[in-house]
Amino acid sequence: MTTLLTVVAFGTAFWLVVVGAYGILRSDDLVHAVVSLSVAQSGTYILLLAVGYQRDATIPILGAGGAGSTPIVDPVVQAMTLTDVVVSATVTALLLALTVQIAKRHGTVDPDALRELRG
Amino acid sequence: MTTLSPVGVVAGPIVVAALLLVCGRWLPRPVVDGVAILTTAAVGVSGAFLTPGAVTAGGWPAGVGIPLVVDGASRVLVTLVGTLATVALLFSWRYFSDVEAHFQGLVLLFVAGLGGFALSGDLFDMLVFFELMGACGFALAAYKIEEARSLQGGLTFGIVNSLGAYLTLCGIGLLYARTGTLGLAPLGAAHLPADTATVAAFVLVSTGWLVKAAVVPFHFWLADAHAVAPTPVCVLFSGVMAPLGVYGLARVHAVVFGALDVTVALTVLGLVTAVLGAVMCVLQRNVKRLLAYSTIAHIGTFVVAVAVSSPEASAGWLTDVVGHAGVKGALFLLVGVLLARHGSVDEIELGGSCRRSRGIAALMALGGLALAGLPPFGSALGKGLIEQAVPVPVAVVLTLVAVLTGAAVLRVALRLVGIGPLPADRADDVRTTGEGEERETRRLERLPVTMLAGPVLLLGGSLAVGLLTPGVLGAAGTALVDGAGYRDLVLGGVPPTTPPAEVAWSASGLVVGTAAAVVAVLLALGAVYAGRLPTVLRRRVPRQNRAVLGLERLHSGHVGDYVAWVFVGITALGALVLLG
Repeated sequence: MTTLLTVVAFGTAFWLVVVGAYGILRSDDLVHAVVSLSVAQSGTYILLLAVGYQRDATIPILGAGGAGSTPIVDPVVQAMTLTDVVVSATVTALLLALTVQIAKRHGTVDPDALRELRG
Repeated sequence: MTTLSPVGVVAGPIVVAALLLVCGRWLPRPVVDGVAILTTAAVGVSGAFLTPGAVTAGGWPAGVGIPLVVDGASRVLVTLVGTLATVALLFSWRYFSDVEAHFQGLVLLFVAGLGGFALSGDLFDMLVFFELMGACGFALAAYKIEEARSLQGGLTFGIVNSLGAYLTLCGIGLLYARTGTLGLAPLGAAHLPADTATVAAFVLVSTGWLVKAAVVPFHFWLADAHAVAPTPVCVLFSGVMAPLGVYGLARVHAVVFGALDVTVALTVLGLVTAVLGAVMCVLQRNVKRLLAYSTIAHIGTFVVAVAVSSPEASAGWLTDVVGHAGVKGALFLLVGVLLARHGSVDEIELGGSCRRSRGIAALMALGGLALAGLPPFGSALGKGLIEQAVPVPVAVVLTLVAVLTGAAVLRVALRLVGIGPLPADRADDVRTTGEGEERETRRLERLPVTMLAGPVLLLGGSLAVGLLTPGVLGAAGTALVDGAGYRDLVLGGVPPTTPPAEVAWSASGLVVGTAAAVVAVLLALGAVYAGRLPTVLRRRVPRQNRAVLGLERLHSGHVGDYVAWVFVGITALGALVLLG
């Protein structure tokens, strides 16, 4: 069943991935490029959560009724999203650290000005 | 020893890495090195003793729990990971003079990521291990944080690979939405039809693996990362990390997307990769970049073999992966030796530097011959098997590609001993030179034995694969293309009964391989003496034609360009799968 909410969620996910990638493409600042990468990744969060969404379902914490007593949203995609957030934090931190070091060594954070590697 | 859990192969290196990172600053250097080497060696040895089967986490039943799966292919890859990491760490025993256990810790985590990726039987878990090896890889590529180039290479590697991983995650999300499962075997049991949605999921899931494998046009980051990473790390990057991308593609296609016919798409991508890699390889003067492009060329060959997806082709490319890893690893370590002794990785600067130490140049020449396909190296055995499995015109192109990559290495070896005149050292504005590469050691007058042992061991290993023609590689090849067998193994616990593909030399393989090696030598001599050719002949060989220059300009080093190419690649792959 395709509801308006599903369309909006999948559309937003697609938009975020594409706009994030476009941000890296047109970036003139490495900090901006790294943040754009995070934007692209946010698209994957929305996609995953949209996949697990169910109308009128609650959070996946089972109460006294036990499994099956109330409809819950899919906990697997939530676990995947959390894993993804952890990975994102690590990678973003690492890339920003590299950017700081690039600013020290190259004297610039403009990707257009990094001309050391080519050919 | 009846059962050896694959969990240890992944968890062991992580635990040891954590301990070394905490205690490393108080421990003497030899203890840190020793512990790290023992751990990676244990990973390599255990690869051989793992019993086929699936182990699920938390005792969940098969099909529900997240499994680590040992089969023919993953055993071979785990052994390869452990062996290469051991040699790389042995080499760096005296290589980095001032490390504080960070390096060994990172290598161990990297090994856990590589091994986990090969063993995982769950799509999301594969992605997690992919990210683990990615993050360690970015840090290892940019390990020389005082060096401008190294930082740029590491950052490009990080951004392009992470984006690839996120697109893979989107594909995994689509698959989960459709099937409600993440395990490879249950996904295969869902028997996805060959419709557009399946193609979209396949293309997105494959993007990450293709980026890691450096298949054109996803390949741009690889040369930058390999050119700047410390040489022992390059051994792991070229030897197993990139081939594991191809493994991911082959595994996921065979088990999950068996309904899709991707023969045309992968053959086209593979051939373009092989040819572009070979051309770029010949053009390089930075020897590490030269070897990196040579890896891309060989990856192209592997992808063509995956496209065929017969047990013989599969056994062929896995044999080639093992043989190639030995040879390419040895070559990278030799470049490391040259860097330690002469402070440069530039072909022209290094010209004549090995006049007194011909052994190094001889080993390098041997590596070049093995890349071209000289029997009885393992790389030649694998290449022969692949060439028999593909159509003749494709086999001719693949042979020529191998010849070119071999000839480029032979050219370097000839120049090292001072054969032939050196070209004028012109200022390069489109090409990365090998000057100004930071030393990774104190200046070494005498080479420590651990540094020479590495290349010799690796070349010997490649030779041994060719001489012994081990049957495990045949079994690995069969296991990798047998999607139904994999499902039975994971869901039913039934080991596969299909007979392993035969891994043996053929007469044509021996003849073609030897001829290829001879042609490579002639080409290398021709390249070295090109300046002395009569003018009439020389005019026929354009030194810088526009197409080539354009090709070099495409490799701009700009991360935005590389991201654009990723999307071009996704579109191309999708179109090829739909039309092919």
